[in-house]
Amino acid sequence: MKSPLRMSTALVVPGVLALGLLGACGSNDPVAAPSTGGKVTIEVSIDQGLEQGAIDAFNARVKQFQTANPDITVKSKEYTWTGTTFAAELAGGTLPDVFPIPFTDGRGLIERKQIADLSPLIAKLPYAEKFNPKVAQAGEAADGKMWAIPIAAYGQGLHYNRTLFTQAGLDPDKPPTTWAEVRTDAKAIADKTGQAGYSEMTQSNTGGWILTTLAYANGGRVEAVDGDKVTATIDTPAMKKVLEYLKSLRWDDNSMGANFLYDWGTINQDFAAGKIGMYVSGGGNYGNLFTQNGLKPADYGVTILPLEGSDAGVLGGGTLAAVSAKASPAQQAASVKWIDYYYMQKLANKDAAILDAQTTKDAGQPVGAPQLPVFDRATYDESQTWIKGLINVPIDQMKPFTDGIFDQPLLPEPASSTQKLYAALDPVVQAVLTDKNADVDKLLADAQVTVQSILGKP
Amino acid sequence: MTVLDRPTGGTRHQRRTPRSWLRGGGLSTLIFMLPLLVVFGVFSWFPIGRAVVMSVQTTNLVTAPEFVGLQNFRDVLADPLLWTAVKNTGYFALLALVFGYPLPLILAVLMSEVRRFKGLFSALAYLPVVVPPVVAVLLWKFFYDGSPTGVFNTILGWIHLGPYPWLQNATTAMPSLVLEATWAAAGGTVIIYLAALTSVAPELYDAAEVDGASVLGKIWHVTMPQLRGILLITFILQIIGTAQVFLEPFLFTGGGPANSTLTVLLLIYNYAFANSLGGDYGAATALSIMLAAVLAILSGLYFRVTRSWSTS
Repeated sequence: MKSPLRMSTALVVPGVLALGLLGACGSNDPVAAPSTGGKVTIEVSIDQGLEQGAIDAFNARVKQFQTANPDITVKSKEYTWTGTTFAAELAGGTLPDVFPIPFTDGRGLIERKQIADLSPLIAKLPYAEKFNPKVAQAGEAADGKMWAIPIAAYGQGLHYNRTLFTQAGLDPDKPPTTWAEVRTDAKAIADKTGQAGYSEMTQSNTGGWILTTLAYANGGRVEAVDGDKVTATIDTPAMKKVLEYLKSLRWDDNSMGANFLYDWGTINQDFAAGKIGMYVSGGGNYGNLFTQNGLKPADYGVTILPLEGSDAGVLGGGTLAAVSAKASPAQQAASVKWIDYYYMQKLANKDAAILDAQTTKDAGQPVGAPQLPVFDRATYDESQTWIKGLINVPIDQMKPFTDGIFDQPLLPEPASSTQKLYAALDPVVQAVLTDKNADVDKLLADAQVTVQSILGKP
Repeated sequence: MTVLDRPTGGTRHQRRTPRSWLRGGGLSTLIFMLPLLVVFGVFSWFPIGRAVVMSVQTTNLVTAPEFVGLQNFRDVLADPLLWTAVKNTGYFALLALVFGYPLPLILAVLMSEVRRFKGLFSALAYLPVVVPPVVAVLLWKFFYDGSPTGVFNTILGWIHLGPYPWLQNATTAMPSLVLEATWAAAGGTVIIYLAALTSVAPELYDAAEVDGASVLGKIWHVTMPQLRGILLITFILQIIGTAQVFLEPFLFTGGGPANSTLTVLLLIYNYAFANSLGGDYGAATALSIMLAAVLAILSGLYFRVTRSWSTS
C-alpha cells in the first residue's frame, strides 16, 4: 500500500506550491529590453473586456502614435488594475511597460522603487509645472520628484437611475441633496419599482472604500496622522451615524435590495442593468458603465454627495500612469512619450484633444464624461470648450454633479495602509447589511482595534 | 536471457561499479527519467522548497528578503481571523461530510440496481463534474439570487416557502456553498463507487438472498464491507479536499458576509494577495505549511488507525 504520509503530502501541497511558484517567478532577472538599431518596443495597457468600438478607437490611437514615432513599436496588453492581483502581477513581471495604478498605491510603489523613476523625463514635459498640486502629490516621491504621471482625478459621486426615479414618481432632475432625501427616495424606488433603492459595495476592499467615503461626507475621518504616528479613528460618532443610517435603509425601510456582496464590477453591472436606484462610486464612472456594462444613456444621472456635519468633505482619488521598473531607459523614454500622447495631450493641447475626442466618438465611445482637473481649473475648463461639439455623453444629466463638485472640499484617501484598512472595514458593513441584530458599537470597537493593529505594523 | 534467469543479489554478491551500472542500463534509465525529474523538480519541489524558505522571511518579492525566524508563524497564530477561518473550514467539512459523503454512495447503489438506461444515469451524475467549476459557481450565483425573483426563491415560492437570503446571510451562506460543492463533486465519487460495485461478486448477494437478507440487509452486510477500502480512501480525500476549500467561498462570497465563509485557504490567499502593494507572503506560506503539516499528520493518523479495517 502506498505510504499514507507520502500520499497525503502529495495531496495537500497545491497551495504551498502556487505561492512558491510565484516566488520563483519574482526572483527572475529583469528581461533585457527588446530594442535594436534605435527601434524600441513597448507594451501598453488596454482595459480588459472593452467593446469592439473601444478597442478600435484604441488601435486607431496606437496607429497615429506609431506614425508620429516610427522608431517606437507599441504592443497592447489587456490589463485592468485589480487590488487582489496587482501585487502578484508586479512581482511576477507580467504587467505591461505602461500601466495605470490608483493614487493610493503611488507613494508605496515609489518608496519601494517598484516602478521606474521617470522624474527626469517628466520634468521635460511642457506642462510639468501645471499639475494641480493636490493631484500631483500622489505620483511624487517624498523629495517632490514625480515618478508617475497623474492622468485622471475624480471625486466620489452619487449615481442614480433616472428611469427608476421617474417610475417611482420622483423628479430625475432634482436628485437628493441630503442623506435624509437619499433615504426617502430609496424607499420610494424600492416600494414602487421592486428594485434596490440604494445599494452599497461591500467586497474586495470596496466596502471599506465606500464606508470611508460616507464617513468623510458626514465629517468623519478614518486615520489621524501626527508626524510618523498614525492612529485609527474608526470608532467615531460620524462612522456610527453612517452605519446606523445604512441599518435603517436595510432593515427599517428594506430599500437596499437583496444583494449585499457587491464589488466595483458587479455593482456597475447591476446598476447598468437597471436593478439599482442609487449608489456611491467615482464621479467618472460613466465610461465603464457605458463601454463595459451596456448602460442606456437615458437611464443615467449623477449628482454630488450630500456633505453634512462640520469638516465634511468628498473623498477623491485618481489614476497614475506608471512605468515598469524593469523597462530599459529607451523603453522608459518611449513609455513617457506614449503617456504624453495617449493620456495627457488631450488634456493640455487643443489639436490633440480634438483628435482624441473625434477618434473616440467615431468609434461610438463616450466623449465628455466628467472628471476633476489634473492641471489647474482654467486648463480643464478650456479643454472642455475644445471638444464641446464632440461631446456625446448626456452632459445635461450630469449637471447636478458637474455644477457642484468643484465647490466641494476634496479629501485624499487614508494615506497609511489604505487597502488593508479598507479590507478590515468590509466585514463591518457586511455585518450591518446582513445581520438585523448587528451591534454597531461592538463592530466599531472591534474594527478600531483591528485597524490600529494594522497601522501599528511596520 | 529472461528475467527469471538473472542472478539475484540474494544468491550472488556482485560489486556495483560505475561500469556495471552503465552496462546494466542505468544511464538510459536516468536519461528517460530526466525529463520527469526536471519537470517535477522545477514545478513541484522547488516551489515547495521556496515556500518553506519564504515562511521564515519577510519579502515583497522585489526587494531583498529579510530573515525573521518563526515570526510569521507567531503572527499567523495571533491573528484572530485564523480561528474564524479554522472554525468555518471545520463547519464546511462537517456539513460536506454529513450531507456530501453519503450521497454519492446512495446514488451509486441505487444506480447499480437500475437495469435500463444505466449509461444515461451515469452521464447525468457525472455531468456536473464536466462543467468547469467557475462556470458552475457563476450559474449557481443566479440560482442563489436572494430576491423573490431568484431561481430557487421562485421555485420555493410555488410551495409558499421563502424568499431565503442564501448567500446574503451569515447563517445560510455556508450551507449554500456546501450544497453547490456537493452537487459539483458527487458525480466523480459516484463513478468510483459504481466501478467498485462491479467488483463485488454476485454470489455474495445470492448467498445473502438465500439467507433471507432484505435489500437494506444486502447493502449493509455485503456492499458496505466490500467497498470498505474505497470508502476509507474517499473519506480521507473528502477531509483533505474540504480542508482546502477555496473556490466556492472565493467566487460566491469572497469570505463574507462578515467573514462567515472565510476559510483557511481563502485566508492564505488574502494574506498573499489582498493588498495591492504586496501581500504578506511570509504569513501566507507559513499558514500553508501549517495546513499541509496538519493534514499530513491527520492523514497519517487516519491510515494508522484504519489500517486493520482496510481490505488492501
